[in-house]
Amino acid sequence: MNALGEAARGALGLIVSGDATLWRIVLLSLEVSLSAVVLATLAGLPVGAAIAVGRFPGRRTLVVLLNALMGLPPVVVGLVVYLLLSRAGPLGELGLLFTPPAMVIAQTVLVLPIIAALCRQAVEDAWIEYEEQLRSLGVTGLRAALTLVWDIRFSLLTAVLAGLGRASAEVGAVMIVGGNIDGVTRVMTTTIALETSKGDLPLALSLGLVLILLVIALNAGAVLVRDAAQRRYG
Amino acid sequence: MNAILPLALCDVSFAAGGRAIIDRVSLQLEAGPSTIILGANGAGKSVLMRLMHGLIAPSAGEIRWNDADSARARRRQAMVLQRPVMLRRNVLDNVIYALQAAGVARAEQVQLATEALASVGLLHLSRRAARTLSGGEQQRLALARAWALHPEVLFLDEPTANLDPGATREIENVIKAFDASGTKIVMSTHNLGQARRLGDEVLFIHQGRVVEHTPVERFFPTPASPEATAFIKGELPWV
Repeated sequence: MNALGEAARGALGLIVSGDATLWRIVLLSLEVSLSAVVLATLAGLPVGAAIAVGRFPGRRTLVVLLNALMGLPPVVVGLVVYLLLSRAGPLGELGLLFTPPAMVIAQTVLVLPIIAALCRQAVEDAWIEYEEQLRSLGVTGLRAALTLVWDIRFSLLTAVLAGLGRASAEVGAVMIVGGNIDGVTRVMTTTIALETSKGDLPLALSLGLVLILLVIALNAGAVLVRDAAQRRYG
Repeated sequence: MNAILPLALCDVSFAAGGRAIIDRVSLQLEAGPSTIILGANGAGKSVLMRLMHGLIAPSAGEIRWNDADSARARRRQAMVLQRPVMLRRNVLDNVIYALQAAGVARAEQVQLATEALASVGLLHLSRRAARTLSGGEQQRLALARAWALHPEVLFLDEPTANLDPGATREIENVIKAFDASGTKIVMSTHNLGQARRLGDEVLFIHQGRVVEHTPVERFFPTPASPEATAFIKGELPWV
């Protein structure tokens, strides 16, 4: 209890004083996770919508596979991306290993199935409601998918948030491909893991607090946007 | 331009889950008279209209428009579904969306949409979000959206179900105006008063079969079949 109290006091001190190391780490975390979520959203929404509306052989298998990929272990993603980016790997030429872009790639791979699978489910539910109307208006295929995605855009925010939650909370993938290098690739989760094992509990705890507060703030923002949209568009 | 009417159904059946919902229906719909599809709940009214409109394919038989070009036949007809879906955008944009889907040139879209909204009395609500309209207003928007292209045939699936008498009257006036402008109306209802007010001929269906196809002025006083007699009696027990 005493240790926790001491750590909490130290943590508050660091947050309030605007400790430079702390904020650099927070900023990098946000940069990496937000970039990954933006990329995964750009790719994941069309993929999810296409699977929802499309009728092709192997569709059910693909849906099962996509749902299963939501539970992809971050360390495994990290390992695979590591092998791809390592000097001897197929993408070794790019020299990305142990840089922030490598971390963005790993988190994009991790988050893409989550956003695509949740989008697939949401669009498929909407399709049941919209299908006959759109077909009556002569709208099918890609155009129908785009109409649906746009019409349920505020529900899809939930899918994107789930992806962001996953990206900002994971340790394994960024640890492996980023290397947790001080001042270069150190993010909130990897720092918490490292500082805890080193015994610097105030820094670890303050990062933990910031992480939780950020996640709460993002979700609150999303709820506000959704409610406003609901009032406005019905 | 070829007319898409008459529409011919030859031995059309539709089965779902091993049950025949539409059972060997043959009929012809001509341009001109408004056709009212009457029948009890579950008789197959909605399925029959969706078959005609091409939303579902018959399990057997053939549905033939006069115009052999099926894409053109599609564009010259429209339907207001029993539960029309409004897109999450404003009233005007809902109509414009339908025009876009039909390939109308951008320059004409706003004008056609505005005319259609004016014809149903919704012009003053153009900028409102479609889903925030009342039930009756949404139904009028659905009519405007279906009618924006002045289709040759307009299918209406129980357009006044769940509406109060005032809203029902407004919808009926809009339908009369569409009829007067030359659009063929094919409408299902189980409101006999409405059938008399709006219809020229009745298509009475019972358990998936067309039992009568007669002018309104003959159907109500002298139904030919025992099913139609029972239906009229059941709906209007005081007659």
